[in-house]
Amino acid sequence: MIGSRGPEPMIELDDVRKDYAGGVQALAGVSVLIRRGELVGIVGPSGSGKSTMLHALGTLDRPTSGTVRVAGHEVGRLSDARLSALRSRYVGFVFQHFHLAAGRSAVDNVADGLLYTGQRIGERRRRAALALERVGLGHRMRHRPHELSGGEKQRVAIARATAGDPPLLLADEPTGALDSAAGAGVMALLRGLNRDGTTVVVITHDHDIADSLPRRIRLRDGRIVDDER
Amino acid sequence: MSGPTRDRLRPARLAVPDVLRTGAVGLRTRPVRALLSALGIAIGISAMVAVVGISSSSRADLDAQLETLGTNLLTAENGSTMFGDEASMPLAAEAMVDRIAPVDEVTAVGRIPDAGVYRTSKIPVAETNGLVTYAARAGLLDATGTEVASGTWLNDATAHYPAVVLGSLAAERLGIGSAGPDTQVVIDGRRFTVIGVLEPAELTPELDSAALVGWPVARDELGFDGHPTTLYARADEDHVEAVQSVLAATANPEAPNEVDVAQPSDALEAQQAADQALTSLLLGVGAVALLVGGIGVANTMVISVLERRAEIGLRRSLGATRGQVRTQFLTESLLLSLLGGVAGAAIGATVTLGYATTQSWETVVPAWTVLAGLGATVAIGGLAGLYPAIRASRLSPTEALAAP
Ligand SMILES: Nc1ncnc2c1ncn2[C@@H]1O[C@H](COP(=O)(O)OP(=O)(O)OP(=O)(O)O)[C@@H](O)[C@H]1O
Ligand SMILES: [Mg+2]
Repeated sequence: MIGSRGPEPMIELDDVRKDYAGGVQALAGVSVLIRRGELVGIVGPSGSGKSTMLHALGTLDRPTSGTVRVAGHEVGRLSDARLSALRSRYVGFVFQHFHLAAGRSAVDNVADGLLYTGQRIGERRRRAALALERVGLGHRMRHRPHELSGGEKQRVAIARATAGDPPLLLADEPTGALDSAAGAGVMALLRGLNRDGTTVVVITHDHDIADSLPRRIRLRDGRIVDDER
Repeated sequence: MSGPTRDRLRPARLAVPDVLRTGAVGLRTRPVRALLSALGIAIGISAMVAVVGISSSSRADLDAQLETLGTNLLTAENGSTMFGDEASMPLAAEAMVDRIAPVDEVTAVGRIPDAGVYRTSKIPVAETNGLVTYAARAGLLDATGTEVASGTWLNDATAHYPAVVLGSLAAERLGIGSAGPDTQVVIDGRRFTVIGVLEPAELTPELDSAALVGWPVARDELGFDGHPTTLYARADEDHVEAVQSVLAATANPEAPNEVDVAQPSDALEAQQAADQALTSLLLGVGAVALLVGGIGVANTMVISVLERRAEIGLRRSLGATRGQVRTQFLTESLLLSLLGGVAGAAIGATVTLGYATTQSWETVVPAWTVLAGLGATVAIGGLAGLYPAIRASRLSPTEALAAP
């Protein structure tokens, strides 16, 4: 194991490989340790395996070989049901294109994010409202996605990912579809969540954003070529 | 926080309202499509419910009719001789049949040959309108269960006078709405006063096109020979078959094979049986419509799964298990077809009500039909949704998320 000082590990990858049909090796042996409370950027050229790595971190995809541990659970040993339970409790995802349900209000979109935690509808709505307040959208609860700006949509998506207070937040280019002002707002939110204890891993193409992060993992051709703090 | 090793990681079960709410997402976001595919199911179910409902209502009406008319009426009619001429029952035929112990009541009519019925004497003799004149015994109405629509039936007095009672069809063909002292018809060149018009005779439709006159006046005025041509006998309910087997030989002991014996209620039942065959055919058509509706639902579900891959990926990232995704789409399919089934059952019942009302039947929609219809709907929804639901649950979350 890499080092034993500091907070507990949140994520551990050990020699993780991911092969796709057709001989594409998206991850070619990645080992990394991310501790609770870290704010980590993943950078690298297009096609270097960033999304693939994030999916492995978030247990959305199983690697071809190697081990992934999230919050101490070895992902490879878990059934689909347990893996799903792990995601619902530990991991929040934010996507470049938001993935909000059209025609559903902001508060319903966020409340639906808690559906699989087993909370009742009243509790889900209450927490959804809180999460929207937290991202500064208390005044947009009833708005539907098409009535929101790009930045607002991404903040709704962040509220959805964090309404259940997961210890881990994974974001794949959350500012990729936003202008720099809206992007800065989203980054500020992620920093705030990190300050409050959430482990945040964010993929970004933006050099300024990347340079401002305390830790950057640089990928190329499915390998970690740099891990700087 | 408890240590990771003690964390059992059990996925939460969704409450039933949440399952329904999630299953209804597709219906809410694409209502027109949902409505159209539910319509297919609705057409099938409504066709089947209406077919069974109408047939049951008609059956119930027939049962009620037979209940009042009775199934114990037997007729013995002149057949033909071995030379092809019309046979003739003896004068004493009625009295002999009356001596059969389980016969409660016997009555007769005698056809008067070549006695046409006309509105006036100016109408050519050849235009008979298909009407026949009978000499009728006073007991005919009671025995055949026929009602008087207007006026009265023949009695001992009027049987001696030129008075006639018309069957419903006869009155209609002659253009006579109701009986009255001024209403007359011409029979065999003589004027007869129409003292009564009958309701349609359900069991003995031959009386509908008849002009019925008294036995004595027929002999005196119309040259009637007094031989009955049809006997009507009411038998004891428990001995109908026994009476039927001896009726011909009793009515005409010399030539039993020249008598045709029948049970008129059989004809009604036979007609019903023919309707039943049509019902089965229509039911088959309804089943095909239902099948097509089911395929429509399956098609909608397959498309729904294809279009909603991103949503499926998102739900998986939020912690939905494969089972929960499967349940979501299965629920959607069930809701879709149940929507059609409930609407179809309601439409089918309404159609039955409407049709039965126009026929003045009592409306009967058997509960089993509606239950079977809804059961079929659930089965179809389940089958139609199974494959799409399994496909949805097998989608890899990352590929689903990558979908546009
Ligand atoms: N489902 C798949 N099947 C086959 N190859 C895939 C699949 N998904 C990704 N790849 C390949 O794996 C490699 C890494 O893909 P990945 O999406 O991780 O890149 P990325 O670093 O996120 O790139 P970008 O910055 O453009 O999003 C690429 O070469 C890609 O073509
Ligand atoms: Mg990517």
